[in-house]
Order: sequence, then structure tokens, then C-alpha cells
Amino acid sequence: MELLNDIRSLATTESDIKVWYKAARTIDFPENGGACVKYKDQQIAVFNFSRRNEWYACQNLCPHKMQMVLSRGMIGSAGEEPKVACPFHKKTFSLRNGECINATEEKLAVFPVKVEDGFVYIGFAR
Amino acid sequence: MKRIIVVGNGMVGYKFCEKLRKQGVAAEVIVYGEEPRPAYDRVHLTSFFSGKTAEDLLMAPASWYAEHHIVLHTGELVTEIDRQQKTITTHTGKTDRYDYLVLATGSSPFVPNVKGVERDGVFVYRTIEDLNQIIDYGKKVTRAAVLGGGLLGLEAGKALVDLGLETHIVEFAPRLMPRQLDEQGSVILQHKLSQLGIAVHLNKSTKEIAGNGKLDGLEFVDGSFLPIEMLVISAGIRPRDEVAKGCGLEVHPRGGVVVNDFLQTNDENIFAIGEVAVHNNMVYGLVAPGYEMADIVVRQIAGDFSKTFQGFDMSTKLKLMGVDVGSFGDALGETPGCIPIAFQDKHNGVYKRINISADGKYLLGGILVGDAKQYNLFHQMAANKMALPAQPESLIIGAPGKGEEGAGVKNLPDSAQICACENITKGDLVFQITEKGVKTLDDLKRSTKACTGCGGCTPMVNDILKITLESLGHTVKKSICEHFDYTRQELYDIVKIKNIKTYDALLDSHGKGDGCEVCKPLVASLLASAWNELIVSQATIQDTNDRFLANIQRGGTYSVVPRIAGGEITPQKLMAIGRIAEKYGLYTKITGGQRIDMFGARVDQLPEIWEELIDEGFESGHAYGKALRTIKSCVGSTWCRYGVQDSVSFAIYIEDRYKGLRAPHKLKGAVSGCIRECAEAQSKDFGIIATEKGWNLYVCGNGGSRPQHAKLLVTDVDTETCVKLVDRFLMFYIRTADPLTRTATWLNKMEGGLEYLRDVIVNDSLGIGEALEKEMAELIANYACEWKKVVEDPALRAQFKHFINEDSTDSTLSFVEMRGQKCPPDWNKK
Ligand SMILES: Cc1cc2nc3c(=O)[nH]c(=O)nc-3n(C[C@H](O)[C@H](O)[C@H](O)COP(=O)(O)OP(=O)(O)OC[C@H]3O[C@@H](n4cnc5c(N)ncnc54)[C@H](O)[C@@H]3O)c2cc1C
Repeated sequence: MELLNDIRSLATTESDIKVWYKAARTIDFPENGGACVKYKDQQIAVFNFSRRNEWYACQNLCPHKMQMVLSRGMIGSAGEEPKVACPFHKKTFSLRNGECINATEEKLAVFPVKVEDGFVYIGFAR
Repeated sequence: MKRIIVVGNGMVGYKFCEKLRKQGVAAEVIVYGEEPRPAYDRVHLTSFFSGKTAEDLLMAPASWYAEHHIVLHTGELVTEIDRQQKTITTHTGKTDRYDYLVLATGSSPFVPNVKGVERDGVFVYRTIEDLNQIIDYGKKVTRAAVLGGGLLGLEAGKALVDLGLETHIVEFAPRLMPRQLDEQGSVILQHKLSQLGIAVHLNKSTKEIAGNGKLDGLEFVDGSFLPIEMLVISAGIRPRDEVAKGCGLEVHPRGGVVVNDFLQTNDENIFAIGEVAVHNNMVYGLVAPGYEMADIVVRQIAGDFSKTFQGFDMSTKLKLMGVDVGSFGDALGETPGCIPIAFQDKHNGVYKRINISADGKYLLGGILVGDAKQYNLFHQMAANKMALPAQPESLIIGAPGKGEEGAGVKNLPDSAQICACENITKGDLVFQITEKGVKTLDDLKRSTKACTGCGGCTPMVNDILKITLESLGHTVKKSICEHFDYTRQELYDIVKIKNIKTYDALLDSHGKGDGCEVCKPLVASLLASAWNELIVSQATIQDTNDRFLANIQRGGTYSVVPRIAGGEITPQKLMAIGRIAEKYGLYTKITGGQRIDMFGARVDQLPEIWEELIDEGFESGHAYGKALRTIKSCVGSTWCRYGVQDSVSFAIYIEDRYKGLRAPHKLKGAVSGCIRECAEAQSKDFGIIATEKGWNLYVCGNGGSRPQHAKLLVTDVDTETCVKLVDRFLMFYIRTADPLTRTATWLNKMEGGLEYLRDVIVNDSLGIGEALEKEMAELIANYACEWKKVVEDPALRAQFKHFINEDSTDSTLSFVEMRGQKCPPDWNKK
């Protein structure tokens, strides 16, 4: 549970970002897939949704069985909504707002992402 | 506004609230529940053992009550009712006023008055708290028993098996499920249970739960003794009528609050519903009648007095994985003059009995053990008094599993009740489909709530959907997801004919949207089956197991399984595995497929481990893929004094031939060197058994949760023919099976069954034999070890890191020690 509280305190909205963390080069990320970024003591799943030319970031922890795996999940769409599926039990979450789509799991913390000069930046509250 | 107080927040109490709000009744609703959490799905309590959490089981979250203006007090027991003042008092001393009072206090487990019931290690099976205690205590012991061989006792027994305990069921009566089954049905069921590892003791009257503080066994009246360390009592239920009794409401001598057809007690402002109510001397220990009672009371409060409670059908189906038992209507044939017809197949463990009315016209009830596919249909035939065929025995005699559910459903009248939990008729479902344009099962569930209770009606609802859509002229397509309007087989043909090599190309040309976790791995598997190209080149459309070429395990680490063809391994290679496992701190276990599984590797360690394994001459075992797993073998004629052929050499040849082959599901094979069948080839997707003259080839067997014996395809063929037929068989399966369908299920669904399959494979009736062989030859020629490619390619290797921005590893990983090796901690303890 502490894992969840800590990560939530990092989450923020576009207007309130205190830190833009330079995570990695864009080319280090797989196409239409994710990788895990370490920031302070936290794990952030970052997705390169190249098919839509979009980037998303959320907590790496799946709230269902508390496993650090979401960055290894498959991404896709439900209608228009971009989503990620946890590799363990295929719980799916919106990448836009973190809501669980196919069950009643807790919401994921999501983070703003920007790309500049070939680098991926993630926005944090601290 | 009227003020309604509901006492008890169980399944029925909750349903009452749901129905009341759905009806739009304007009333204040206050609920008092003794348990610490809102109502949960007690019917599926046992799924708690297979990973469901307390939250998963909730009927609705606490927020639902607030949203619907219902005040819910959990953890609060109602202790007194004052009927004059129309108030209740709770154990905290709080009082509250009502206009209507609804008692939905359910029941508690009946604990017989046996000496020693107070001992440590004795439990009941009713609440989440009970289960938590059982799980905790179960960790400290190895032998357990359930007292009571009824529906619930069997469920509890299976749960104990799943906890890894040696499990016994003790029953007082001379048979299991005495209220639902007859002697023969019980015998077959007992046999099925023994296959699950449950020992059954019948005719046992318990004298004492023996022990000293904690229990150490059961002492029976006949003098025998069963040593156990834990006991779960499941000996029936007792309605919770204590508060009702306290305020002078009429209660039944055997317990329960007496109600009339309106579910009213002898106080017209107080209702009783669910398991606490006694109607016509009956307590209904099932959820469906409880829901019906809730519905009737809601209607009355809304001013509709037209519906009354007229008793309820007690037909039931046991919900144990792999054990089909159904009992419906007059199961035991107690109607005067009724004619029982029974069919028994001891070999396949099937027993079916139907009871026909004296005039031979109607089905009154019956019993199904071992194959209960016809349960829904028969149950409806009995409930609706449908005319029987001229030879009623034809209903039950025939090949197991070939129940023509679809055809029967067509003849059901519109009034046939399909979903008992939500009381939905065939007419209701058909209306949604024909008038409201509903086209999918999910939409049907949403609009009617069918299948959302016990789920037992799902196959029948599906059949009705299919038949009704077809009658409207729709072709019913099994499209795989919202992104592709095709079946797997159609997509396979598209991929082959259009020469499509990537997922994105297929999505652009034949799909829509951005894909998902259903179509991506499915297409990945199709591409692999069609071209057998390296799967890591399109890593992000693979399931994590295929993406990281290893099986993800609890805790997020992976397991490593090198190929050990035919189970033959040199001492050097054994030592290599030992050395590597020790170096990386891996847990090792021998698998059922005669090889060695190494668990607990971090994702970043996988390439290093495989580099070392490949240096020692190993290859990927494809344990992570929907692919060929292992070909099991016995030692055969090389060593065994009985062997008639060299089964090991043949197994190794076959395993090497098909290694890396991608299929709709995993594939397992075996070769036995003589008819003693030590390699258990008849439980495999394809099994080869040596004869004096050559080989017998069996296909489409299965082990696992739905065991099925493989069917004999040909006898006494030579080695070359045998290989050719396996080529054709596997390729035909890869081409035509639905995703995630094992060969056994594929054959079960195949029109024409084994005869047809034999025609295609052996007699080449479709004239595709050669094409199949050629396709297989191409796949075989294209094989390369995936791990070797990864190890040799720095770019691929770089993907095996936990963090993209630094080299450290996942600090949240943790392990516990077990019998000298490491294991992940239990994930049910968040
Ligand atoms: C393991 C298991 C498997 C089952 N499987 C099936 C099945 O397959 N099919 C089927 O139809 N049925 C099944 N049942 C039975 C089914 O669960 C019950 O019929 C159903 O739960 C009855 O609902 P109820 O609301 O009447 O009682 P309950 O669900 O027991 O709810 C009553 C609630 O009232 C509370 N309460 C009692 N007294 C007070 C009080 N004075 N003040 C406040 N609160 C009080 C209790 O704590 C309880 O929470 C199963 C039951 C179990 C235990």
C-alpha cells in the first residue's frame, strides 16, 4: 500500500508540473510498447504509442496483484481510448486517465510526457 | 416518505436494495449488516482460493449504496426489535425507527453437538473471515477433513485440495449429496473425487473430535479413527432467527421465520426473505429463491400485490472444476408411479438418470454425473412439461458430450426460465434480440442481467442468442475483437494469401483502431504459424511470455526451460543446469514433461543465463509459447525388458522435428515403447504407442483440468507413415483451430468428429494432404533457436532490462525460503 501512496504523490496535472525529468532517448523505447523508467525510488511505465504518434506514462505497479509489470503490458485501444493490459491477468487501464476499463481495480497514477530533441521527458509534482 | 430498515446485508438483502432502487421506489433505506464489509457474492466464495480478492467478490462497492441514497452500517448487529414502537436496537446501543422492516439475516452453519467441536483447527465455511482462517491454519497442517458430503462440503473439500492438503470427506449418510443423488450417482462422483485427490468416507457417524487443545483426529461410532489436523464442518444451515424470536415473531420449530405467500411474518410490517425465511415448512438454501422473494417484497412496497411466492425449484449444479454434477426436479424419483431410466458408463465416469411420468409423457427430474452438459435443457424440459420424444432413453444414451443443446433450446417455450438467479425467461432474451437489436452476449448480459448471478446459464443464453440471430438472418460471426471482423481461420487465410508479414500491415489492411491484448498475440501466433519467423522481431505484439521468451511468474520474475528432447539428458548437461541454476540462485523443479524448470530469473538475467545454457549445447524449450512443448517417452526397447520399439529415439526425433512450431495452443506429445503405455501417450495432443508391427497413432487427448483420452487414428503404421500423418494432423490443426483451443476441444467441436478427421488426415478426402506436408516442411526448414538469436544480437539483448534509464534492478522483488530454495511471497497478502 505504501507503494501506491508514494507514487500518487508524484502525480500531477499539466499546469502543475514542478519537474520535467529527462528519462531516455526516444529510440531506446520499443515501437508500440513500453519500458520502465526509474525516478527517485519510483517505477514509471512509459509507452511509445508510435501507431498514434503519442506517448503515455503511468505507474508500473498493477493494483490488482501489486506486481511491477505494467511496462511489459501490451498497449492498444478500446474504442478511441488508449489502454494498457497487465500481462498477468489482462486487467486493462486507460492510458489517458488511469481508470480500469474491464474490472473495478484502483485507478493508476498517470503522468504527462513530452518529447524534445529526441528525448522523452516525464512531468512530476516533485 | 416511508422508512425501510433492512436487517442483514448479505446477497438477498443487497438484491432487495438493488431491486427497490431499480423500481424507483421513493423510500428511505437503512441497512444494518453484521459483517465488516458490504454484501459479497457468497455463492462464489470458493473462488477466493483461486486468487479472487474480497473486493472482487463484492456485490457492489460501498460507494454504490451512497450513490443510491442507501445508508449502510456495516459491522453492526441488530440485537432487538420493538414491534410496538417500530424500532430496532443494535449491539452498540443505537436505536432506529422503521415503517417496514425486512429481515434478511440469512443463516449460519449448523454445528452438530459433537464432543470436541471447540478445538483449535475446527472451522465452518460461510464467510470471508472463515476462509481467511482456513487458509492461515491450512499452512500449518497437512491433513484435513470436511464433515458433511453435501453440495457445500464438496466445494470445501476441493478448496482444501487446492490448499495442498490431504483431504477427506466424511458423510453420515450412505452416499454423497444425499439430497440430490442416488446410490449409483454417488459412486461415480466418489470416483471423480478420488481422481482429484479427495478420499470419501461414507456411513460415518462422528463420536468425538479428538485431540488435546488442537484436534488430532475423528473418532467414529464404529470404532474407527481418522487422523487429521484440521476440520471444516459443513453439516447444513440454521436460519438466523434469533432477533425475530426475541420480539415474538412466529418461528418454525426447526428454525427460521415463518412467512406467508407475501413473505410477511405474523407482523404485517415485517418481512423475511432469503435463507432466514420459512415458507410452507421449507427453508431455501439457494440464492435464486431468495432473489425471487426480494422481488416480491419490493413489488408490494411499490403497491403491486399481484405476485406471490409459490415455492421454488431446488435444482442445482455442483460448481467444481472438472466434476460435472447436476440434479433437477424430482431427482430421486419420489413421484408415485414414475419410471426411472438410467445410463451408466463406468469407463468414462458418466451416470445419467431421468425420471419419466407414469404416462411416459413428461420428464419429472433426474441426475447427471460426469457430463452435465444437458442440465439446463433437461431442467427446462421438466419445468415446462415439454413433450418427450418417443424413445425417452435416447435423451441420455449416446456418446458423452454430444448433447444437442442448440436443437433443444429451439423447442423451449418462451416461458421457459433460463436464468434462475435473475428470473429471466427465454421470451425475455428473444425480445431483447429481436426487438431491441441486441447482438452480443455482453450486451445481452447488460440489458437483462442474465448470467450475472451463478453464471450457470451462460451456455444456454449463448445458444439462444445464436439461434435467434440466425433466425433473423444474421450470420453469427465469431470475430476475435473490436479490431478485426474476422475469425482466426479467416485471418490465417488472409495472412497466407496476401503474404502479410507484420501485425501493423494486417491491421492497416483488414482491421480498425489500434489493436489490443486479444488480437495482438493472436496475430503474432498466426504469423509465427504461417512463416515461422523470429518472434522477437515484433516483440510488442507478443504476450509477455513470448516477448521475453520466458514464463512470467508470481512476483514478476521469469522461468527458464531448456529443451531436453524426449527427456534424455547426459550427466554433463545435468551438471551444467545445476551449475547455472546455482550461480543465478534459481529454484529448480522437474516438470511433468520430463525436463527441468528454473524459476526466479530477473528479466535482465535472462540473456546471460541463456548464453551460458547455449554454450553448454542447450536450446530454447518454448515453454513460454503456444508451441510444441515436449515429447515424453518411456525408456523403450533400449533398456526395458518389455519394450517392443525404441521409443526414446523416436520421441527425440519427433521433438526435434517439431520444436519451435507455433500453434493455436500449446502442443504436447508422447511415445510409448509398448502397450503398457508408461509415457501416457493417450493423454497428449498426439501420442504414439509401439506395437509388434509398428506404431499406433492417437490424437486429440488432453490432461490438465479437462482430461480426455486421445482417440486412435491409425494402427500398425511404419515410422515414415506415422511421421507423415503427424505432419498433416498438426498442420490441419494449426490451420483450422480457433485461438487458444487445444486439440481435444478442436475435435469435440469438429463436425463429423473423429471420422471426419481420419478422412482428412489418413484418407486425404480433401486432397490437401500433400499441401499440409509441404507447409510443415517449410516451417521445419525455417526453425532457429530464438534464444540464440537474442544472445547474439546486442540490440535484442538490450531489451532485457528492468529500467530503460539505468542499470539497477527491481528493488521491490522479494523472495521467501521454502525447503532450501527460494520462492516468491504469497501475492494474496498485499
Ligand atoms: C461456500 C458457499 C457456496 C454456495 N454456493 C451456492 C450455489 O452454488 N448456488 C446457490 O444458489 N447458493 C449457494 N450458496 C448459498 C447462498 O450463498 C445463500 O443462499 C445466500 O447467500 C443467501 O443469502 P441471504 O442474504 O439470505 O443470507 P446471507 O448471504 O448469509 O446474508 C445474511 C447477512 O445478514 C447478516 N446478519 C445476520 N443477522 C444479523 C443481524 N441480527 N443484524 C445484522 N446483520 C445480520 C449476516 O452476517 C450476513 O452477512 C452457497 C453458500 C456458501 C457458503
